[in-house]
Amino acid sequence: MSKHEIRSPLPGTFYRSSAPDVPPFKADGDAVSSSDAIGLIEVMKTFQEIQAGVAGGSIRFLVDNEEPVMAGQVIAEVEQ
Amino acid sequence: MAIKVLHHGLATTVQDLGRPGYFHLGIPLGGAMDRYAMRAANLLVGNDEGSAGLEAVFLGPKLEFTEDAVVAVTGADMPAKVDGVEQPGWTAFSVRAGQTLTFDFLKSGARIYIAVAGGIDVPLALGSRSTYPIGALGGYKGRPLAAGDELPVGAANGSGEARSVAEQLRRLPAAPVALRVLPGLYWDRLSDEAKLSFFADEWKVAPEADRMGYRFRGGRKLSFVEREQPFGAGSDPSNIVDSCYPYGSIQVPGGTEPIILHRDAVSGGGYFMLGTVISADMDLIGQMQPHTPTRFVEVTMDEALAARAEENTRLEALRTSLR
Repeated sequence: MSKHEIRSPLPGTFYRSSAPDVPPFKADGDAVSSSDAIGLIEVMKTFQEIQAGVAGGSIRFLVDNEEPVMAGQVIAEVEQ
Repeated sequence: MAIKVLHHGLATTVQDLGRPGYFHLGIPLGGAMDRYAMRAANLLVGNDEGSAGLEAVFLGPKLEFTEDAVVAVTGADMPAKVDGVEQPGWTAFSVRAGQTLTFDFLKSGARIYIAVAGGIDVPLALGSRSTYPIGALGGYKGRPLAAGDELPVGAANGSGEARSVAEQLRRLPAAPVALRVLPGLYWDRLSDEAKLSFFADEWKVAPEADRMGYRFRGGRKLSFVEREQPFGAGSDPSNIVDSCYPYGSIQVPGGTEPIILHRDAVSGGGYFMLGTVISADMDLIGQMQPHTPTRFVEVTMDEALAARAEENTRLEALRTSLR
C-alpha cells in the first residue's frame, strides 16, 4: 500500500464541489480513477478542474471546501 | 526560429513594457505587470529592455524550441527545466533545438517573465507587442497563448554568455506585503474612521485579482462623509461624477473591497478613488498571490518621489551589472 499525493498546480481557493448546492466530487474514502475530478481551484475569475491523476482505492482530503491553497500544496492523498 | 507552445499554462501572454499614450482613448497601458523583472529578463539575454517576452501567471507554459536559443526566466520563483533539468532563475541559459522548456510548481511570487534572445517577434500594435486580451489587441493574435501556437523569434544580438542578476538586485515582495499609498483627490469622501481603518486593517488579495485590477478583502467596510450625490453621480456614496482612473488608483465600490487598477485597467468611470499606489510599488503587486496578507501604508508625495528615485537607482544598477 502506498500513498500518492495530489497537489494543487495553482494558488487560489479550493472547492470540493462544482456548485454550492451539489454534492462534493469525492468524499473521503471514495475510490478514484486518474481522470476523475476531485475539486476546483478558483483564481483570476476562472475555475480550474483538479483531476486525481492517479487511480486508487481511497481518497482522503487534507484541505477543506473554500480553503485557500498555495501552488504545490497537497490537497488530498490517495491510497494505492 | 520559432517556439512551439505545447501547453499554455494558465494565462500566458506576450508582453513588453506597454503602450503608453492611448489611455485617454480607453486603451490601457498594458505591458508586464512586473516591469522590472521583464527588463531584467531581456537584459540577461542581450535584448533591448523593451523587447517582447512572455508573462506567465501561477502556472508555467510548456514550450518547444525549433532552434538553439538563449533564455532567461525572472520574476516569481518557479523553477525552469530544460528537458527536465532544472535551470537557475534570474540567469541566462541555453536551450538546444528540439528541447522543451517546462516549469515546476510556483514557490513564491506570482508571475514569471521568459525572455528569449531576439525577442518574441509578433507585430507591433499601437507601438507595442503587449497583449490586451479583452481588446483583442497586440501580442499573439490579441489573445493568451494556446497549445499549437508558434511564436516567431527575432534575430538575437547578444553573445549568449551565461549571465546572472545579483541576489540583491532581484526584487520580490516581502511578507506581509506593504504597499505605499498617496491619498488622492477623493480622500475626503471617507469618514475619519474609514481613513484610519483602511491603513490599520490587514487586507488579503482576492482570488479574482488579475491584470486589470487587484482586488482585496478582509478589512473593515469603509464609510463615507454624508452628502447629497451631485448630478451625474450614482446613488451609492462610493460613486462620483465620472473621472479619469490613473494607473495604480484604488477604487472601493460600495466601500467594501479595494481594487488597485493595474496594467490592463479601464481608464475612467464613476467610482471614487481613495488614493494611488506609488509607482515604486506597482511591480510588487504583479508578484502577489491570492490570499497574500497586505497592509497599505500612507506616504507623502516627497516619500513617493524618494521611493521612485530609489527604484530608478536599482534599475541603473541592474543595467550597469548586465552591460
